[in-house]
Amino acid sequence: GMKDGRWTVLQLVEALGFCLENTDPRTRGRGIQLLSQVLLQCYSLLQEKEVLHLVLFYESRLQDHHLVIPSVLQGLRALSMCEVLSPGLAVSVLKAIFREVHVQSLMQLDRHTVYSIITNFMSTREEELKGLGADFTFGFIQVMDGEKDPRNLLVAFQIVRDLIAKDYALGPFVEELFEVTSCYFPVDFTPPPNDPHGIQREDLILSLRAVLASTPQFAEFLLPLLIEKLDSELQSAKLDSLQTLTACCAIYGQKELQEFLPSLWSSLRREVFQTASEKIETECLAALHALSACLSRSVLSSDSEDLLDSFLSSILQDCRHHLCEPDMKLVWPSAKLLQAAAGASLRTYHCITRSVLPLLLEQYTKHTQSSQRRTILEMLLGFLELQQKWGHVEEDESTLLSLQAPVCSVVFSALTDSSVQLQLVGIKALTVLGSLQGFLSSSDLELVVDHLIRLALHEEDSQSSEAAMEAAGSLAPTYPKVFSGRMVPRLEEELQSEREESYHNHRSLQQRCLQALAAVSTHTSIVRETVPVLLQHLQKVQKGTEARNTQDMVSVCQSLHHVALQCQQDAEGCWYFHQTVVPCLLAMAVQAAMQESTRTLPDKALLEEEVLAAMIPVISAATTHLSPELAAQSVSHVVHLFLDGEVSFLPQNSFPCSFQPFGDGECLEAQRRLVALLMAFVCSLPRDVAIPQQEWLLRELLALSCSCNCPFTATTAAKCFAGLVNKHPAGQQLDEILQLAVNRMEPGLAEGPRRTQALTLLLWVTKALVLRYHPLSSCLTDKLLGLLGDAELGPAAADGFSLLMAESPDVLHKGCHADVRIMFRQRFFTDNVPKLVQGFHGAGPDVKANYLKGLSHVLNHLPKPVLVAELPTLLSLLLEALSCSDRVVQLSTLSCLHPLLLEAPQIMSLHVDTLVTKFLNLTSSPTMAVRIAALRCAHALTSLPTTVLLPYKGRVIRALAKPLDDKKRLVRKEAVAARGEWFLLGSPGR
Amino acid sequence: MVGPGAGAAPLENANPLIYRRSGERPVTAREEDDELPDAIDDREIFDAHLIRSINDPEHPLTLEELNVVEQVRVKVNDAESTVSVEFTPTIPHCSMATLIGLSIKVKLLRSLPERFKLDVHITPGTHASEHAVNKQLADKERVAAALENSHLLEVVNQCLSARS
Repeated sequence: GMKDGRWTVLQLVEALGFCLENTDPRTRGRGIQLLSQVLLQCYSLLQEKEVLHLVLFYESRLQDHHLVIPSVLQGLRALSMCEVLSPGLAVSVLKAIFREVHVQSLMQLDRHTVYSIITNFMSTREEELKGLGADFTFGFIQVMDGEKDPRNLLVAFQIVRDLIAKDYALGPFVEELFEVTSCYFPVDFTPPPNDPHGIQREDLILSLRAVLASTPQFAEFLLPLLIEKLDSELQSAKLDSLQTLTACCAIYGQKELQEFLPSLWSSLRREVFQTASEKIETECLAALHALSACLSRSVLSSDSEDLLDSFLSSILQDCRHHLCEPDMKLVWPSAKLLQAAAGASLRTYHCITRSVLPLLLEQYTKHTQSSQRRTILEMLLGFLELQQKWGHVEEDESTLLSLQAPVCSVVFSALTDSSVQLQLVGIKALTVLGSLQGFLSSSDLELVVDHLIRLALHEEDSQSSEAAMEAAGSLAPTYPKVFSGRMVPRLEEELQSEREESYHNHRSLQQRCLQALAAVSTHTSIVRETVPVLLQHLQKVQKGTEARNTQDMVSVCQSLHHVALQCQQDAEGCWYFHQTVVPCLLAMAVQAAMQESTRTLPDKALLEEEVLAAMIPVISAATTHLSPELAAQSVSHVVHLFLDGEVSFLPQNSFPCSFQPFGDGECLEAQRRLVALLMAFVCSLPRDVAIPQQEWLLRELLALSCSCNCPFTATTAAKCFAGLVNKHPAGQQLDEILQLAVNRMEPGLAEGPRRTQALTLLLWVTKALVLRYHPLSSCLTDKLLGLLGDAELGPAAADGFSLLMAESPDVLHKGCHADVRIMFRQRFFTDNVPKLVQGFHGAGPDVKANYLKGLSHVLNHLPKPVLVAELPTLLSLLLEALSCSDRVVQLSTLSCLHPLLLEAPQIMSLHVDTLVTKFLNLTSSPTMAVRIAALRCAHALTSLPTTVLLPYKGRVIRALAKPLDDKKRLVRKEAVAARGEWFLLGSPGR
Repeated sequence: MVGPGAGAAPLENANPLIYRRSGERPVTAREEDDELPDAIDDREIFDAHLIRSINDPEHPLTLEELNVVEQVRVKVNDAESTVSVEFTPTIPHCSMATLIGLSIKVKLLRSLPERFKLDVHITPGTHASEHAVNKQLADKERVAAALENSHLLEVVNQCLSARS
């Protein structure tokens, strides 16, 4: 009644009068409870006057019987939320609570109510509460003193944080406030199992840490506590102390730390030198870093000494000598400590490197073994990387610059060492040195490049060679002139040389050259040098008659692809690459196709599937990142080329005959294959680039895909069609072209010599539409489902489900701007799996396997968590699938069951009998992969409850004796693992 | 056969030298070919799933890391169905020698086809009571009886459990 204003609170109080004044505390409690409940519902409707009276009433009730108090507090909580509370009342309520209620003897919920009242007032009546001065702080300290419940503690910690953050007067109670909170440190709390409140230990730790690290006023109490806990035996206490220390350093200054620095350092040092725990080591280093940073940052008064220097010198004193010990036992912990301090600020960096770098250089020359030198160089590298953090090297201050010559000579000596491990560290150091502006002189740079060329081309170990190429790639943008002037010509020379070496050496050197050319192309000016070299080489290989030039062409294309990927982010480089490479590849391909058509020369290598397939990613990568304007420019050329035979934009454009890939005629077979290159280009364009004459192009592609006899060409045409349809804006035009496609497909699927082509087209178009959630996709999927029952096409249709669900490498993926909805697999699963199951039950025995196969493809591509959630409903079908004779079905069923055995052992236990029998049967499958998968499942069975398994133990162990003698080693390996685990089941000591 | 005193005694060799573990055996193309048979070889017996990953009863380390077993000391003849394994106790008076030998033997019994004849013995000249230990390990009945002893079986199983 009160909510809609028919009753006033006064009327309610009068009506309750009898209850409220009753002498029985229970009845009184119930009355107040009712009133409080009402107030909680409609506190926002109360008038200022009403609130005043209610407050006075409730305050007086605080002295009442203890049974009544919970309801009184509820009422006060309701009133604390009133906006119309008159000034002064908040203070009076709090005073009354502090005076009358012994909070810690209340129940958890009621204590929580008190905290809520305080929180409410703090957020709305800050000024009034501050008027209370330190009394408020003191009152609160008494309220929370002894709190045990984690839920309440989280609220109480928040209140303390606010007290400090909002600058309430703490007065003489700083230590008390610290005591009342720090007594929980380090937090020791394990949430009870099935805890409905979801409070984790971590929540309390973080909340308490925020309190303790909230003010420098706590420092004198907190730091001794942290040191004490750091010296304790408990890992978790150490970790918590270290993390809290790091947090404190963010707000402390020299003044707070001063007194405790020596003991903090000795504790940190001890932990790093002794601990076995990587976590503790990491936290110690972080704390040391924070301490050093804090000291570097502190503003000093004129008369105080700078503690940073003495702190760093004690670190140096304790760590430096370990770097020189011949046994190198504590070198790493020492180096890590020094690096943690050096990384804190530019000042610490100078101070530490001034002392340590010369020492490391000296040690490097003292030690002669590669492994020791490697350790020293790795430490040196750590310091060099820190220098990178400060960027620019300042001439007058930098120790590093004054040591330029010895540092370079050490690094260069590592590069020529015979140990690969040392070389690798040397290469890393080189990369870092190169990234320091102005560190390497021009003569050094030339030397660097020479070393990199030598390692990249001639170092036997492929790790070093790869690392050198990578280093060249990362240094090239900084020094493009040196690399394009010195490295590229050398590589070109090596690539062209026809040395009298063994064939094998020559080839591997050429491979290295091609890889290095690609790796160093990380700057536009270098790309302009390397791309012509690569294209020239491609032309040379194409003309050559050597065997294996297919493989060589593929290698060049891989290098071009690598370059294309590196250019993508740079608009200018990207356009240069596109403009140079795409026409050139097209021209070469067109040329080759025409020679093939006119049969002047046998020139097939370039048109082989492998080579065309290697060109696809090059063209695709050169196209995906084009700006729409430039792409539009390019698209008109390429589409004209394919539709009208317009060759004028190609570099060598005098051809013996015309180019008409969509024309009729046997002799055009070779030209038609180039649809692969059209696909690479046109399917990679950004979605907003309009394709001229798209409808015509689509019709041609459609016709080609249905009529061509060559499977490569037909499939490519279908993919190209699908790629375009996927991006085609919705509307009438799209509907028409799709209708056309369906009309062509249907008769093709029904009968005739080209059923396979029609199925391929159906698959790709279905995929294009499934990805974008097009309404027609379900109709096409149904056609596909229908084909599973077809004796001839059924198996191919079943395999098609894998094509639908898998990521395709060249078209219809996110990278080439296809329209792909993220949940399409789950959606496909939900829509189609029931149909697959139904189809399976209705199918004849000869085609049942097709349904299982389709199903297993869908399941295999589903994300694991979804799979595990959905599988139990399909379990009976999967168990049936285990008896299917098709090995693809067996294999994928086993791989579906494997995670289920591990993650849903309870459900699986119900079927243990079937599972054991089927798995054991499949361990003698003629297919190795099935035997392996079956043995893995038999192994995974051991994660089921032991009591369920024990009856089968003897039988399984006997049956697994046979695969122990399998002819394949990989099978025996799984058998050994599975049988060993079964032996341990229910045995002592497992 | 003597069982070891469980746990409480101080370790006999508290700071053993630790050897690097060899990597996983790379899978060759031949091994992936369904048709071609692969013979059981020394490396296979030694490898991850066979004896090299057996845990030492005293240390949280494998027998390989302690160099108790080495691949060169494993000899197998697939055609004649024989396997011979030599193991080297970390110190000449190691009281765990019998137990280590027993673990290796049990592991091989569980992992090898029945046709194989097993011979597990101490590397000559590396243990004080080499002869006695070898004799115990060669005695089928004593091995079988030892495995009836549930305390002993427990220790052996612990050695054979996969490291978590």
